Amino acid sequence: MRSRWAKVLVFALCLGPLLWAGWRAWNQDLTANPVEYLTHFSGDWTIRLLVIALAVTPLRKVLGLPGLIRFRRMIGLFAFFYGCLHFLAFLWLDKDFEVREMLKDVSKRPFITAGFAAFVLMVPLALTSTAGWIRRLGGRRWQLLHRLVYFSAIAGVVHYYWLVKSDIRLPLLYGSLVGMLLLYRAVGSYRRSAVGAPHPPINSAR
Amino acid sequence: MLVKTSEGLRYSEITPKQLYLERRKFLASLPAALLAGRELLAPSGRARAAGKFANVGKSPLSVADPPTSYKDITHYNNFYEFTTSKEAVADQAKNFKTSPWSVSVEGLVKQPRKFSMDEILKLAPLEERIYRHRCVEGWSMVAPWVGYSLSVLLKQVQPTEKARYAAFESYFSTSQMPHASNAGLPFPYVEGLRLDEAMHPLAMLCVGLYGEDLPPQDGAPVRLVAPWKYGFKSIKSIVKIRLVEKQPPTTWNLSNPGEYGFYSSVNPQVDHPRWSQATEHRLGEFRRRPTLMFNGYGDQVASLYQGMDLRKNY
Repeated sequence: MRSRWAKVLVFALCLGPLLWAGWRAWNQDLTANPVEYLTHFSGDWTIRLLVIALAVTPLRKVLGLPGLIRFRRMIGLFAFFYGCLHFLAFLWLDKDFEVREMLKDVSKRPFITAGFAAFVLMVPLALTSTAGWIRRLGGRRWQLLHRLVYFSAIAGVVHYYWLVKSDIRLPLLYGSLVGMLLLYRAVGSYRRSAVGAPHPPINSAR
Repeated sequence: MLVKTSEGLRYSEITPKQLYLERRKFLASLPAALLAGRELLAPSGRARAAGKFANVGKSPLSVADPPTSYKDITHYNNFYEFTTSKEAVADQAKNFKTSPWSVSVEGLVKQPRKFSMDEILKLAPLEERIYRHRCVEGWSMVAPWVGYSLSVLLKQVQPTEKARYAAFESYFSTSQMPHASNAGLPFPYVEGLRLDEAMHPLAMLCVGLYGEDLPPQDGAPVRLVAPWKYGFKSIKSIVKIRLVEKQPPTTWNLSNPGEYGFYSSVNPQVDHPRWSQATEHRLGEFRRRPTLMFNGYGDQVASLYQGMDLRKNY
């Protein structure tokens, strides 16, 4: 856990899905509908990594492994990376880089509105993910800003739920995971305010 | 000190405006070029005239579009009784037992009758019809189906004057389709056509694909193909056809009436509430193509809907 290799391992794990898709593409095995495959693949990994990133803090406390924090930024940035791929798939494969058409969809189709919101909410988080930005904003303000990730995850689940036709099992799964992870935080914050205890010291993202 | 002036830049070094403007086109055409290259290396089309229906007649109702590869048509299926994953249907359905099989045709008819599969195969000369197929999800393909017009079967049982609709029912069994409850749809799957739609020559009773028996995942052993309607209207693995007086219930309409209407004719001007139907992704192609009114069969079927508000009767 402490070694440098742990980070390398997490990096490789996060990159794995992309390599897998690349391997399938190389073998011409991206299903009959590669456009749909790439779109779904990148979207799936965005929400999965978002859920994992949101699980870091609860897992640290529940498992007593505070060191897990070291991986959170990387996981979050990978979620953003797959989110970028997902957005690119939409803008390129679906909209042929017609930005006006894209914006029309964003305003007209609620499931795209939700997905676009989820993506846009991640942008400031990715931009301010560096140690320099934490310093510049100050820990508390930085942490407040990064709570946007809650809304991004919720919007992502809504996006998925509004997209499927009748088999709602996966959107419900991600929805309940996000719900549980947010509930955990809500309960913790309620308890802290109930006993009047000060907030725990803010972790730097390192 | 060396200061470079703009004189150093010759016009020939600047990207011509035309090229510059076409950069997007170039980007967009890259994957298509890759696909084309892949096609040269390993042709995905299947050698025709190999299967048991190899010598059936060619139908004048066929379209000229090149058929989608056999592999794509048989590995990208919506058959929710087996699984909601289009890529997994082929595997999940591979042990589907389709023999013995019979189709009961009943209801408002003078000669109700149960047709065995053998009888169905001999009712009329089989022919190959290359039809466009447009899914409500926004993808499409071109399939060389084998069969004949559904009207042949319906005429056998002599519908009465009261019959106005045909109600279709798919085979369903939880033992053969153990994952059906995940689909979020009520089964057995049911569909319907107005009788004049069902009697239209384009409406096809289909028993084969690419000169062979229909594979399970494509609706074995016998299915409907109504090419001017969204794919979900073309019910698979039919066990019952009932002629009725009133518009029958249809599965997707039961599940989500605001999104899937009874008629569900392909219509680029009427969007699905959640996505546009103006364009489609043809399997094997890269760029989306415009969707055609009635999936390009307007000349043949538009008269069926004269005076109807297609926005209301989506």
